[in-house]
Amino acid sequence: MPESPAPPDSLIDDAPEPPPAARERITERTQQGGSRRAAATIERGAKTVEIKGLNLFYGSFQAVQDVDMRIEPNKVTALIGSSGCGKTTFLRSINRMHELTPGASAEGQVLIDGQDIYGRGVDAVQVRRLVGMVFQAPNPFPTMSIAENVAAGLTLNQRKIKKADKEAAVEKSLRGAHLWDEVKDRLDKPGASLSGGQQQRLCIARATAVEPEVLLMDEPCSALDPIATLAVEDLIRDLASRYTIVIVTHNMQQAARASDVTAFFNLEETGKPGRLVEMGPTEQIFTNPTDQATEGYVSGRFG
Amino acid sequence: MESSAATRPLGPALGGGTLPKWAPGGVIAVSAAISAAGLAAAGSFTVALTVLLTVAVSGAIIYFWSRAVEDARQAKNRLMTHAVVSAFGLAVLPLFSLLYEVISRGSHRFDSSFFTESARGVIGEGGGASHAIVGTLVITGVATAISVPIGLMAAIYLTEYGGTGRLRKWLTFFVDVMTGIPSIVAGLFAFAVFAIFFGPGIRLGVMGSVALSVLMIPIVIRSAEEILKIVPNHLREASYALGTPKWKTIVKIVLPTALAGLVTGVMLAVARIIGETAPLLVTTGVVDSMNANPFNGRMQNLAVYAFGEYRNPGVAKDAAFDRAWAAALTLIAIVMILNLFARLVYRRFGTEIR
Repeated sequence: MPESPAPPDSLIDDAPEPPPAARERITERTQQGGSRRAAATIERGAKTVEIKGLNLFYGSFQAVQDVDMRIEPNKVTALIGSSGCGKTTFLRSINRMHELTPGASAEGQVLIDGQDIYGRGVDAVQVRRLVGMVFQAPNPFPTMSIAENVAAGLTLNQRKIKKADKEAAVEKSLRGAHLWDEVKDRLDKPGASLSGGQQQRLCIARATAVEPEVLLMDEPCSALDPIATLAVEDLIRDLASRYTIVIVTHNMQQAARASDVTAFFNLEETGKPGRLVEMGPTEQIFTNPTDQATEGYVSGRFG
Repeated sequence: MESSAATRPLGPALGGGTLPKWAPGGVIAVSAAISAAGLAAAGSFTVALTVLLTVAVSGAIIYFWSRAVEDARQAKNRLMTHAVVSAFGLAVLPLFSLLYEVISRGSHRFDSSFFTESARGVIGEGGGASHAIVGTLVITGVATAISVPIGLMAAIYLTEYGGTGRLRKWLTFFVDVMTGIPSIVAGLFAFAVFAIFFGPGIRLGVMGSVALSVLMIPIVIRSAEEILKIVPNHLREASYALGTPKWKTIVKIVLPTALAGLVTGVMLAVARIIGETAPLLVTTGVVDSMNANPFNGRMQNLAVYAFGEYRNPGVAKDAAFDRAWAAALTLIAIVMILNLFARLVYRRFGTEIR
């Protein structure tokens, strides 16, 4: 990287070690025998995400146009808008999953803690270690047990990890995902043996086990029943104390219940790119939006 | 509500009348008897004709009986069920006939000496095919060792890296063409390649393996490609989202998920090539003594052995024919064991691909 400013170590580092401080706390907690309170004190720097002039394309089709947005740390930011308006595309650009689609490309800047993830010399694989993602449908790895699923991010990306550290990380993530009590007696059973809601919480545990700084969620409750949805929403609120969370949802109530900030995306007509129409505190967006389209959407008059 | 129920007489329409449970079986039994009797009376009784006639007669009887007792839709349903089951029966009938024939004829010499002795110095009765069994296993094993890595990696290229590029399209096309290569052409190809380096007249076990690889690689590529394609993309994305590099995603997530299917594909490919005769005739040659070294001299295998015993039975014809059938039975047994093994692997490692 001769010209461009060197990315921070965290982006080009070879092995994604959790910061030493976090490590110490993990081991400390294990020695104490592990109370839930201690687990909650483990913190990882949640980061600000700043998007500047972002344009996203699929081949020659522009899906998202000129998005400028600031996503605050330790808050839940909900992205709402009608289908096809580019919410998911936008979400996937924050951890560079967008470019995995053949022909897809991105222009503009996505700054995580001031560092452009689309900058020169930045490895997409490293970006994804810092920005985790939970998908629409629960997708545990079918060949792995519950414990292996949670530890997947660690075992796949670190050459060596001590067994005790791994077990501690698994327990911590499962507790963090409100799943520990339900699965602690069958950690070696296949991940697919769980119910849909449990599987989704397992996927959240898997995403948080690598200690990301930002957590993206793409309609995480769309495949779940109301009870499981409630459990996941509780979890999202809880996770906001540790991470920057961005969630795409089609469910107005969910955005209203679970988010601090809401961003409304819309497109002028089919075939035109999606744009960010309005963004603000959730309460304001739902009670007193400035844009007419937003009001129409949140009140259910269109979209 | 009650008035509409009164205007639509549901009862009789639903309860119309049903054939008894034994109807399909009974009809077939009766038709078989009629067909056999009819053919015997006409003086042209054969098993095959009886079966065909039974199928036709029972189909007609069940259709008209059902039409009379039940209704037109039920009758059509019964006729189509009959047709589908009969088609299945006709499809597996040759298989059972073949198995019966091979077992009844092959069991005469399916004894311990057949598996322990070679054909060295055997002119009349006795002797065995141990050299051919070893040769078959070695040649097929080496062919598998060549084909599986190449085929698997080619399939990984096609599904994971090929994208939608032109190279991928051409490769797929040529793989399809390769699956249609006549096996003797593959044998001549291997012969020609080795003749360049070792001169004409060279015969080696490994030549046969190369020839079989030419036949096996496209099958492995095709089956592995189909299996890898159905590994759901959301698993790859889940892995990428954890910050896993692509190669590791393939090795640790995609391949383990597809393992059972990949093993099945390889087993089918092995079953396809293990009975090849023509390409081995020109590459591995014919020999009567034991040779387990694929890099040194001629090597016998079961298919060529069976062919040789039938072609040149020598003085004790029946003994040679018995050996040929026993070799065929051994070949079928090997394929069956491999398939059972594949099923065990499937049970043990099989993952529900969603």
